[in-house]
Amino acid sequence: MPGTELKAPPRPSLYAKRKAVYPRQIDGRFRRFKWLIMALTLGVYYLTPWLRWNRGPYAPNQAVLIDLAHRRFYMFAIEIWPQEFYFVAGLLIMAGIGLFLITSAVGRAWCGYACPQTVWTDLYQHVDRFIDGDRNAQMKLAAAPWGPAKIARRAAKWTIYLVIAFWTGGAWIMYFADAPTLTWDFWHGQAAPIAYATVAVLTGTTFWLGGFMREQVCIYMCPWPRIQSAMLDEKSLIVTYKDWRGEPRGSAKAAAAKPGTIGDCVDCGLCTAVCPTGIDIREGSQIGCITCALCIDACDRVMGQLGRPRGLIDYATLEDSERERAGAAPRSHLQLIWHPRTLIYFGIWSAVGLGLLFLLGTRQHLALNVSKDRNPPYMLLSDGSVRNAYAVRLRNMEGRPRRFEVSLQGMPGAVMWSDDSDRKAATTTLTRTVAPDQTDSLRVYVAAPPHSQPHKLSLTLRALDAEGGTISYATRFDAP
Amino acid sequence: MANKHIDEATGTETVGHEWDGIEELNTPLPRWWLLTFIACVIWALVYVVLYPAVPMPGGATQGTMGWTSRGQLAAETKAAEADRKVVVDQLNATAIENLPANPDLMKKAIAGGKAAFRVHCAACHGAGAAGSVGYPNLNDDDWLWGGDLKTLETTITHGIRYPGDAQTRQSLMPSFGRDGILKADQVADVAAYVRSLSKLEGPSAATGRGQALFAANCVACHGADGKGNRTLGAPNLTDAIWLYGSSSEQVQGSITVAHAGVMPAWGGKLDGATIKMLTAYVHSLGGGEASPAAAPAAAPAKP
Repeated sequence: MPGTELKAPPRPSLYAKRKAVYPRQIDGRFRRFKWLIMALTLGVYYLTPWLRWNRGPYAPNQAVLIDLAHRRFYMFAIEIWPQEFYFVAGLLIMAGIGLFLITSAVGRAWCGYACPQTVWTDLYQHVDRFIDGDRNAQMKLAAAPWGPAKIARRAAKWTIYLVIAFWTGGAWIMYFADAPTLTWDFWHGQAAPIAYATVAVLTGTTFWLGGFMREQVCIYMCPWPRIQSAMLDEKSLIVTYKDWRGEPRGSAKAAAAKPGTIGDCVDCGLCTAVCPTGIDIREGSQIGCITCALCIDACDRVMGQLGRPRGLIDYATLEDSERERAGAAPRSHLQLIWHPRTLIYFGIWSAVGLGLLFLLGTRQHLALNVSKDRNPPYMLLSDGSVRNAYAVRLRNMEGRPRRFEVSLQGMPGAVMWSDDSDRKAATTTLTRTVAPDQTDSLRVYVAAPPHSQPHKLSLTLRALDAEGGTISYATRFDAP
Repeated sequence: MANKHIDEATGTETVGHEWDGIEELNTPLPRWWLLTFIACVIWALVYVVLYPAVPMPGGATQGTMGWTSRGQLAAETKAAEADRKVVVDQLNATAIENLPANPDLMKKAIAGGKAAFRVHCAACHGAGAAGSVGYPNLNDDDWLWGGDLKTLETTITHGIRYPGDAQTRQSLMPSFGRDGILKADQVADVAAYVRSLSKLEGPSAATGRGQALFAANCVACHGADGKGNRTLGAPNLTDAIWLYGSSSEQVQGSITVAHAGVMPAWGGKLDGATIKMLTAYVHSLGGGEASPAAAPAAAPAKP
């Protein structure tokens, strides 16, 4: 038909705008638990670097300190040297398995309560409420045209965002240097450039991720929800809307009019209004659900007001849901936590932990390392005797000076001296005092009589104090 | 455009294709993703303006920051030189024989000397300073010209038999055989005697004859006891170390046609601080001797 050509319908946008979420304030048992966790996690994060721990005159007195400049990691009574980094690796393994364990036992509890993204998002949402008011006021303000009032509120809100973000970044660097000193240096422009850069980057990411990205981090960016969806099974605790009890939805009035035909859900929408990720839990388990359980608080409150039993929305497993749908009584959650997968994860997690504790308890606080010179492998001296040289490192991991004796074993007739003594004083032992928390290197020469053959020998380090302790290092003696 | 498919379960449009009943949803990307992409593009554009980026005939664009990798290297080298200058200045101000009194500076000098040795000395003396036939081993306790710091510094600065340096170490052993001073059998006798000095050979008629010849021809430089003379660079013949070999043939060869090894004078090639570093390093290899008299007991020997 000429002239009446159909117009193509408008193409859908290739990019979807974020659906803004304005979660409503709610109180309840899980909300109070979230407050507690938030106080704990933020408190630990912000205050830990300020704890002091006396380690004597030779080590820093900050309880938790990652001293990159001196290659030391301090955590209360524990001091870790770089070669003991496996302790940190072990802790990371425990953290990884711990996440599996938590997921297996109580579902996405990490996401719902303890994840920094959740905690900071929660904090920022409280800032929103503090400045703009609760859900309805926030929505109204968002819809309102830009004017002096809106600009003022936005400026105030973003300033608080920025202050929190800055504080977050600022606390991070305190773990890497003496906190009081660094604070002073920071405000006097004397801290290292990396400190300012780190604060700037963390301020930026906190401001952006906590202030604006929020639930999008969980839904689009974070790999953990994807991994978890592979880990959840019919025995995992998830937030469940008990549709067999709630459907069909209807008002209390309708339920009173026709008893028996209307479910418990009054379709008040409070569960969706309080959701920090903006989902409707009544559509079932979904990737957006971080199991923060605020919808449980919301629904419990409504059920309470209506005089109906709580738990229309509640933590439940799929298995449980099937049982309850069939009419069985709800089971205690404690019964659900201890299934085999949880026990296996707990076993692995504790085994790694116990292994680390064992290593920590039995580790030596001294070490000896011997590296034989290979170029030249041996030397002829003018009297015909054969000399070998060794680079020897003595490590004192205690916070006090220690006196060590290095002795030569396994080669009769051989004597040794070091770079600070003389061949004339050669014997089979050397003593050295190693400064607290330090490594000492010395060059050791071993000489054997003319025509000596290649031989095995070992050097033994012995601490000459009450605590004692010995350690040996096997090496060899080369000869023509 | 007309056949628009909507997926029932999600209410999202599909791309319109179907594979064995499987359809692909045309879910729009979140907008922050687009914004991130745009931010990256802006970043790239700014980068292109600030840094060298676009290849052009005759070289890439320069960038407004003026950054080059060569420039960065030059700046880093300059910074390293500035760091090093502290040690160099200290070394320049310290006489070599006073170096042991400053263990920290000594340590730094040894480290610097180790690096310089690999560059300037390793070609002849070997990377481990163990030398080879004709090139002295610097690890041992035998020195032709002396092994204390001051002497080593002089040797390195002026070299050995190096033409062009007036103060170079100078000495010349006559080629006894070639120049007809000794006959071949006399050379063999002297060689036998010399070898007997370090117990490589037992006493014999030859060593007896050699002893007399030695006394007549060699003691002026090597000394009556054959222990050499460091001021002349005459080697000690009684020890176990032989620069040109200890076999009878090798010793006879050295007497017939004398060796006169040459080492460059490094004074004209390297600065004073580097020479001090090299001196400290060579001294630290295990054969270094204490400075005579002047030094007040370098380091207390520990039992």
